[in-house]
Amino acid sequence: MDGGKMTFRSLLKKYRATLVMMVLFLAFLLLFPSKAGRAEKSLLDQLKTMLLVMPPIFVLLGLLDVWVPREMLIRYMGKGSGVKGTALGIVLGAVAAGPLYGAFPVAAVLMDKGASFMNVLVFIGAWSTLKIPMFLFEMQSLGARFAVERFLVDVPGIFLIAFILNKLLTVEDVEKIYSASHDAK
Amino acid sequence: MENWILYGATVVLLVFSMIRDRTKTKKALMKGLKAFEGILSQFLIVLMLVAIVLTVFDPATISRLIGVGSGWVGIMIATLVGAITLIPGFVAFPAAAELLRNGAGVTQIAAFVSSLMMVGIVTLPLEIRYFGKKAAIGRNTLAFAFSIVAALFVGWMVAR
Repeated sequence: MDGGKMTFRSLLKKYRATLVMMVLFLAFLLLFPSKAGRAEKSLLDQLKTMLLVMPPIFVLLGLLDVWVPREMLIRYMGKGSGVKGTALGIVLGAVAAGPLYGAFPVAAVLMDKGASFMNVLVFIGAWSTLKIPMFLFEMQSLGARFAVERFLVDVPGIFLIAFILNKLLTVEDVEKIYSASHDAK
Repeated sequence: MENWILYGATVVLLVFSMIRDRTKTKKALMKGLKAFEGILSQFLIVLMLVAIVLTVFDPATISRLIGVGSGWVGIMIATLVGAITLIPGFVAFPAAAELLRNGAGVTQIAAFVSSLMMVGIVTLPLEIRYFGKKAAIGRNTLAFAFSIVAALFVGWMVAR
């Protein structure tokens, strides 16, 4: 997008797959009338979560993009940032709110600003499973033992997954992801 | 609760930004809006997929599949169900607690909770868009395997 006016045709092209999915969803409602009520309620719940969580995340993203200079982010989370960068990745993910899909656009901005891939992977891992508000809630519903033990095994797990994934991907793979993250913004 | 923190932090930073520089703030908001619009179509698709999947896998069906004594099969099913579904934590944890009370195994529940949080099959199209096929599928596969390991650990610790 070049910021120009969107024509009806380009809008249609962009939302074509969405329209197809809408038709499929309606077909599901018609084919399984006994499940229709649950499906509708579930969709509304999901929409509510998205509309509640996504706007502030994208506002924060915009602010991060405008206010944090690239050099600064590289210094804190780039290749040479060491333990500090990894710790920052963990903290950013752990204080986050919302489902994992909220982490992807944030990761794109971090990559575009020069965070190292390892730190981005650690950030994604922390967001997926170390979110502090979630942890407190898990403790409350499933018991401290369950939650604490899961937390204890998750921390090394996040590093392990990030490490293996980082090894699995070639330099070209990572470069491709980085240039795509620039376009995604 | 977590939303209040998120909104509070956003408002505070936004006000700071406005005071410092209005044009930059406007630019930031436009960038955020553009990024949101860019991903909206895929978001909507994923949300509809999730609604259908959640309707098929209702709590009654899940609890039947992962009871105590369901063993490895139960663990695999729990991991798979967690991987496919996308349930917010504030719904999933009380539901998991209810399943535990109704006779689901601890290991199975731990597998379900772990893969629920770390693996996202329905959100894979979104992840691929940001990370490419190789990284997205790789991360989910590793997280899937790890969920089983984590579950065995938690089950073993709790049983001791």
